[in-house]
Amino acid sequence: MDLSAINPILLIAAMIAAATPILLAAIGELVVERAGVLNLGVEGMMITGAVCGFIIAVNTGSPTVGFIAAAVGGAVLSLLFAFLTQVALANQVASGLALTLFGLGLSSLMGQSYVGIKPPRAEATPLGPLAEIPIIGPILFGHDLMVYLGLGIVAATWAVLKFTRMGLVLRAVGENHDAAHALGYKVKRIRTLAILFGGACAGLGGAYISLIRVPQWTEGMTAGVGWIALALVVFASWKPWRVLLGAYLFGGITQLQLNLQGAGVAIPVEYLAMSPYIVTIIVLVILSADKSRAPGSLGRTFHASG
Amino acid sequence: MIRIEARPQPSAVMAYATPVLAVVLTMIFGGALFAVLGKDPFEAIATIFWEPIFGEFAFFYRPQLLIKGAPLVLIAIGLALGFRAGIWNIGAEGQYIVGAICGAGAGLAFYPTESVLIFPLMVLAGALGGWAWAMIPGVLKVKFGTNEILVSLMLVYVAEQLLASMSLGLLKNPEGFGFPGSRNLQQYPSAHNAEIIAGTGMHWGVVAALIAVIFAYVLLTRHRLGFAIRVTGEAPRAAKFGGVNPGRLVLFCLGMSGLLAGLAGMFEVAGPAGQISIDFNVGYGFTAIIVAFLGRLNPLGIVAAGLLMALTYIGGDIAQSQLGLPAAAIQVFQGMLLFFLLALDVLTNYRVRFGAAEVA
Repeated sequence: MDLSAINPILLIAAMIAAATPILLAAIGELVVERAGVLNLGVEGMMITGAVCGFIIAVNTGSPTVGFIAAAVGGAVLSLLFAFLTQVALANQVASGLALTLFGLGLSSLMGQSYVGIKPPRAEATPLGPLAEIPIIGPILFGHDLMVYLGLGIVAATWAVLKFTRMGLVLRAVGENHDAAHALGYKVKRIRTLAILFGGACAGLGGAYISLIRVPQWTEGMTAGVGWIALALVVFASWKPWRVLLGAYLFGGITQLQLNLQGAGVAIPVEYLAMSPYIVTIIVLVILSADKSRAPGSLGRTFHASG
Repeated sequence: MIRIEARPQPSAVMAYATPVLAVVLTMIFGGALFAVLGKDPFEAIATIFWEPIFGEFAFFYRPQLLIKGAPLVLIAIGLALGFRAGIWNIGAEGQYIVGAICGAGAGLAFYPTESVLIFPLMVLAGALGGWAWAMIPGVLKVKFGTNEILVSLMLVYVAEQLLASMSLGLLKNPEGFGFPGSRNLQQYPSAHNAEIIAGTGMHWGVVAALIAVIFAYVLLTRHRLGFAIRVTGEAPRAAKFGGVNPGRLVLFCLGMSGLLAGLAGMFEVAGPAGQISIDFNVGYGFTAIIVAFLGRLNPLGIVAAGLLMALTYIGGDIAQSQLGLPAAAIQVFQGMLLFFLLALDVLTNYRVRFGAAEVA
């Protein structure tokens, strides 16, 4: 065992990168849930985004176009969920599960001929002299654009939910869809848009795994990150900034256990690999005592009668 | 203008028609998918649905129907009990793995002693293992209100790591020349879940599945507890006023589904699979979710759905070797089926109306 092989600066920088896919998926799901919809298909949308982004990035040679394709891919898949839950009024839990099962199959079908290929590299954002600052530089300013975009989305989500009319309407729909409907808001349209946003964010998160984190394509490579993102929304009590905190916590644990595996700690690899999932369960247990923050209409089907 | 309107009563005709309709639609869209992949859609569909039962090598494939169907039915029966009550155990895959580990472990502990008691002990261990794994989300839900969906799913990943650890460590075959994986239980007569009638695919898991179906049917239609499950799912508040203890119901439903999934894993490892290995689980726990819905959460429906889903597995394998159809295409096919089911379900509870809304 050689813990000195772990460079703390690189570790923290890697933790931030490890947190990004969870962060992106979770912030998207947060918006969906604030609109009163529980989409359990995050894992399916992430993996679809991962494969779409990968295929397009390899074929165009541009990671940026890949990320756009990933967002579109995730959003298109989420449209299926929107159709099931908003038009066909299907049970949201079952529809989300269907989305995950379908997404996992679809992605491995699409990605078949892309196994073992290296995607084009995403460059670190050129922040010039900022990245030269000792310690803080490599930790905060040495990342690719997606890390900053993730932070930007969190900030924007927070601002929109808190300060804008659009955010207020979205929250109203999530808290009490009957009242929102009575006020004349288009509950289904708003929810569909929220679902699409969630799908696009999950797609981006998935592509971050396949294009930057790993970077290659393997079947089922998201390995439960989508589910952790779902847990994170509960952990964050449906608040954007807490999602950020939680994502860094989970990203940190994921990265730390990988580094410990690499350093050859006496704990068997399998038990280290379990740790992010076990920590998720523990955190859920600690936080589930307080359910008061959950949107009032979360998971309920809306059908305007009469 | 197309609108949908709530039916005063769920349509009984549609309740039976939707699964059939969903299968038909899946065949059409699945065929289109196969065509996109460059395969003849009619040949592909025929290979999947016809070949295993009536084809040239049907004598070989028919027993597979029971072998693949039994775990699906066993798991789906348990899941359906919970789904009916609004208790979502989606971690059956994990309970299946832990059941297999416990069952195989109990058998291997006695290797090479031969005794008639070993197999029943393994069944017990497998059931207990699955039950205990499902009790984790159960107890957490009852005690702390933790979401059982997320916890049970997280435990799938934990169980997969546990499986890897077991097949590389504790249960590894000491005479296996260093390869991962346990001893093969098929070569250990006391622990082998052999076919009861040779050549039929009928092993003890099939018997257990049939018992589970009968048990679940009686429970849901004739027993007070089954009534409590149904009421809780349809009207939770009414159930509470009616004296149903929600905590106990959660523990019963999760425990039962874990127990059945554990049994399925145990019968699989002692029979068709033979050994604990890293890739032992093949997703029965997730496919069983589709089976449960396809069977309309009804024990008898689940039997039909389980056999149909087993057919897609077997037919998918044949299509893979004969037509070069990718394995993932079958997974998409199964996923599609669930989509169509959920989408068509709207016809059971709602009526589609054409034309403008009437003025009240």
